[in-house]
Amino acid sequence: MEVKGKIYRVAGPVVTIAGIDTKMYDVVKVGHEGLMGEVIKIVGDKSVVQVYEETSGLKPGEPVENTGLPLSVELGPGLLESIYDGIQRPLGVLKEEMGNFIHRGVTADGLDHSKKWDFKACVSPGDSIKPGDMIGSVQETENILHKIFLPPNANEGKIKEIKSGSFTVVDIIGKMEDGTELKLSHKWPVRNPRPVKFKMAPKTPLVTGQRILDTMFPIAKGGTAAIPGPFGSGKTVTQQQLAKWSDANIVVYIGCGERGNEMAEVLNEFPELEDPQTGRPLMERTVLIANTSNMPVAAREASIYTGITIAEYYRDMGYDVALMADSTSRWAEAMREISSRLEEMPGEEGYPAYLSSRLAEFYERAGIVETFNDDVGSITVIGAVSPAGGDISEPVSQGTLRIVKVFWALDSSLSQKRHFPAINWLNSYSLYMDSLSPWYEENIAPDWNDLRGKSMEILQAESELLEIVQLVGSDALPDDQQVTLEVARMLREIYLQQNSFHPVDTYCSFDKQYKLLKGILRYNELAEAALESNVEVSDILHVSSKDELAKLKYEENFDSMIGPVMDQMEKEFSTLGGY
Amino acid sequence: MVKEYKTINQIAGPLIFVEKTEPIGYGEFVHIKLPDGTVKRGEVLDTSDDIVVVQVYEGTSGLNKDCSVIFTGETLKLPASIDLLGRILSGSGEPKDGGPPIVPEKMMDIHGAAMNPYSRDQPEDFIQTGISTIDGTNTLVRGQKLPIFSGSGLPHNEIALQIARQAQVPGSDEKFAVVFAAMGITNEEAQYFMDDFEKTGALERAIVFLNLADDPAVERLITPKMALTAAEYLAYEHNMHVLVILTDITNYCEAMRQMGSAREEVPGRRGYPGYMYTDLAGLYERAGVIKGVKGSVTQIPILSMPGDDITHPIPDLSGYITEGQIVVSRELHRKGIYPPINVLPSLSRLMNAGIGKGKTREDHKAVSDQMYAGYAEGRDLRGLVAIVGKEALSERDKKILEFADLFEDQFVRQGRNENRTIEDTLTVGWNILGSLPKSYLGRIDNKIIDKYYPDKPAEE
Ligand SMILES: Nc1ncnc2c1ncn2[C@@H]1O[C@H](COP(=O)(O)OP(=O)(O)OP(=O)(O)O)[C@@H](O)[C@H]1O
Ligand SMILES: [Mg+2]
Repeated sequence: MEVKGKIYRVAGPVVTIAGIDTKMYDVVKVGHEGLMGEVIKIVGDKSVVQVYEETSGLKPGEPVENTGLPLSVELGPGLLESIYDGIQRPLGVLKEEMGNFIHRGVTADGLDHSKKWDFKACVSPGDSIKPGDMIGSVQETENILHKIFLPPNANEGKIKEIKSGSFTVVDIIGKMEDGTELKLSHKWPVRNPRPVKFKMAPKTPLVTGQRILDTMFPIAKGGTAAIPGPFGSGKTVTQQQLAKWSDANIVVYIGCGERGNEMAEVLNEFPELEDPQTGRPLMERTVLIANTSNMPVAAREASIYTGITIAEYYRDMGYDVALMADSTSRWAEAMREISSRLEEMPGEEGYPAYLSSRLAEFYERAGIVETFNDDVGSITVIGAVSPAGGDISEPVSQGTLRIVKVFWALDSSLSQKRHFPAINWLNSYSLYMDSLSPWYEENIAPDWNDLRGKSMEILQAESELLEIVQLVGSDALPDDQQVTLEVARMLREIYLQQNSFHPVDTYCSFDKQYKLLKGILRYNELAEAALESNVEVSDILHVSSKDELAKLKYEENFDSMIGPVMDQMEKEFSTLGGY
Repeated sequence: MVKEYKTINQIAGPLIFVEKTEPIGYGEFVHIKLPDGTVKRGEVLDTSDDIVVVQVYEGTSGLNKDCSVIFTGETLKLPASIDLLGRILSGSGEPKDGGPPIVPEKMMDIHGAAMNPYSRDQPEDFIQTGISTIDGTNTLVRGQKLPIFSGSGLPHNEIALQIARQAQVPGSDEKFAVVFAAMGITNEEAQYFMDDFEKTGALERAIVFLNLADDPAVERLITPKMALTAAEYLAYEHNMHVLVILTDITNYCEAMRQMGSAREEVPGRRGYPGYMYTDLAGLYERAGVIKGVKGSVTQIPILSMPGDDITHPIPDLSGYITEGQIVVSRELHRKGIYPPINVLPSLSRLMNAGIGKGKTREDHKAVSDQMYAGYAEGRDLRGLVAIVGKEALSERDKKILEFADLFEDQFVRQGRNENRTIEDTLTVGWNILGSLPKSYLGRIDNKIIDKYYPDKPAEE
């Protein structure tokens, strides 16, 4: 395999090589330092390679080697709690090897090859197994049982030997009759989706603890969502909130071409925070991929694939995985940069013509599935989009919105008013609403869907009324409309606004969401009834329990306080006299 | 490994094409000797067996095919030395102040290397700039990159200088070293900076790189990299806290666009290269704090928004990379308010980490949030008043309207030399919040209100 070729040309991250046979997507080692790259174009006797590391100093004539293998990740126990660059090099190892700044030419295994894991086999010699069948397991973290499979790309057959015991990820734990060695880890080419038995229709929500998402625009486990917005509107904060609080078993967080300090923040916070489901440190369920904006663009392009492949691997074990990609626009731009170096015919705004198919392929890897091991696992994909100038008519936003089922529209006019999350309730949508309704009725409350519908109605009405207010002022509105405006204000300020940085408000359980929403809408009912009996509208608007309700969401013992506040509201209204 | 060639085959814009060379490294630093003996410098942008493309920093004027091209075998380096402090250098690092040549302690590649995200420490040390609209509502912390988005004719330079003069971390007497990089600014603007540096004695702890408007545009592409390399040297080799002021990023980007079109690249939005995001990130991401290292690099890039348009690719891409932005407003400037910072579109994303009990004060966040909300609402109401008149407003609305005026007049407005402590800033904040009844302060905890709400409200 080790035929040597030569560098012919170097232009930024794109290197042309000659004198060596390649296949598309082969990984090659370029130059004296053996920089890792991937063949992305073949022209005549030359191949064009995108190189995952800095190329300065690289010269024509330097040697090139073809590994003959596609870009792959190493899958096995030890992925959790890791932080990788875009090509699965552990950043901690890179730090040990080269200090605080990333220089090039260092290779590092994705998994720790020296750490031993306790493996419990669940099959015995003589058993027939198919690819994707479980052969045993390792307790990876306190809550995650890491299932070991016959890799999907292996052949079916009979087990010759296998034993439980303490092994590293490269030790041989058994053998198949045909001689295939069994290990705790295997490699998988990142650009190929891992196979599943079949996909199913999503029916359960990913519960996020974020009121506007859970109540108004929910995403299903196995679903897809996009969160486009101008800079500073809250994409990263929202994604981090999902990574922290959503009820997934595993979170894969890809910092794709974004800020180093944001990754530092995650690394700082996650080990300290508790998973609300299990009480364990959040980091234990998390895999981080950090290929920041100043790290090589080719590795940025790869980071999305590295992330989704790891997500698929845990899905195959029957877990609910949530994957956040911040930001898919930087991924698209990486494609654009590489494509323009290849002098490809550009499509819209200079993006390559294959942009939308790449986006579609990526989001297609989400879904809830039955695995070959008869488990049900899911991948929920949430992609941030950073449209130029905040204008979503651009190709990445449009290509994404054609595919995803949930659209969380961030709005800079809201973020400038410090209305957070700055998700516009009028433009956003979730196409999962109908398929999730039965779940809410069963698990939250029979009237949940009505409450939600009613609040949306009020918010819609507000937006129409506000146009009139702009012309005549609010005092000129009839009484019932003044009440509508007030209830809408309460919905916005009490319910939709949620401060991610407040220790209590950052996470809101479904139970609390229900009680809070019910409280606001109860005010609406009482107010409407009071108007009927001719109570002065100013009295209705000055009910003081309403203000108490507003501050309640910040209270640690919300549960014991909401009852008395609502009782007080009933009492206040009962004392409001009519004429 | 120095190789000299006289094989220029084409000159186009800032690029020269050299043929029949031995293998030349990508990114290699190049000297071009003119027949009259002058030497220009450049960098390899594209290298192959057949042709090497060199970008000439000083521009190609005066070049012809008789020039000889010398490939140095190395990338461009900054001769780093502690003696750089107090010096004024050209945009490509040559002494410009008549002082002695720099004796390097270390030659540093100006392109820098990406900081390993795993090595980064979370920036959280509050920097007091003495300007309320920054400290109070858009707090800067050590290791942050917080640009000033401005427009032509607005006082961004004054603001930057005021920050450079006043910036300190309260409770520590460490001074910031300042690295100042000018890209394509006018001689007059440069003079303004230099005078101020000299007057205040700041030059002693500053390194200045000057690429002026009449210097070659290509040189602008290396000026900020020189400056950031110097900053990293001071921060990581000499444990200093360094404040880097880069002005004007817009000129830098224009030079990038010019280069792109000279290379006949496929342009991205509005003619700027598709890699502009990555390129700018390569500058801005060089701000930061490293775990276990004492020094830090904080950046205040300044950019003038063409046509005051915040969606223009330059501010837009910058905003996507930096950790917030301070927006200078023409409207406030016209009203005669200095510093004319509009807090609404401004943001400091690292503010939360830098404020609160033990850092600034327990009420900081709440005061800031409340002022924002009030000011935003007040400004909306101004629009309404213009249509329906003040009389149509409710009692509450009138108060809020008045609050917005107080905010601009007392919180935003301050003297050019007025250095407010964070306590001063919060006191001004409470004074104007005191014009609103307590029941309006929905974003502040009752406990905090009881403790800080002033006895006597502010007056207009
Ligand atoms: N839910 C929230 N609660 C409180 N503050 C928020 C919330 N969402 C966003 N913010 C505020 O908005 C700022 C910007 O948010 P964020 O960093 O998520 O923006 P972004 O959309 O990711 O921007 P960029 O595209 O530049 O990365 C945050 O630093 C924070 O101050
Ligand atoms: Mg972000």
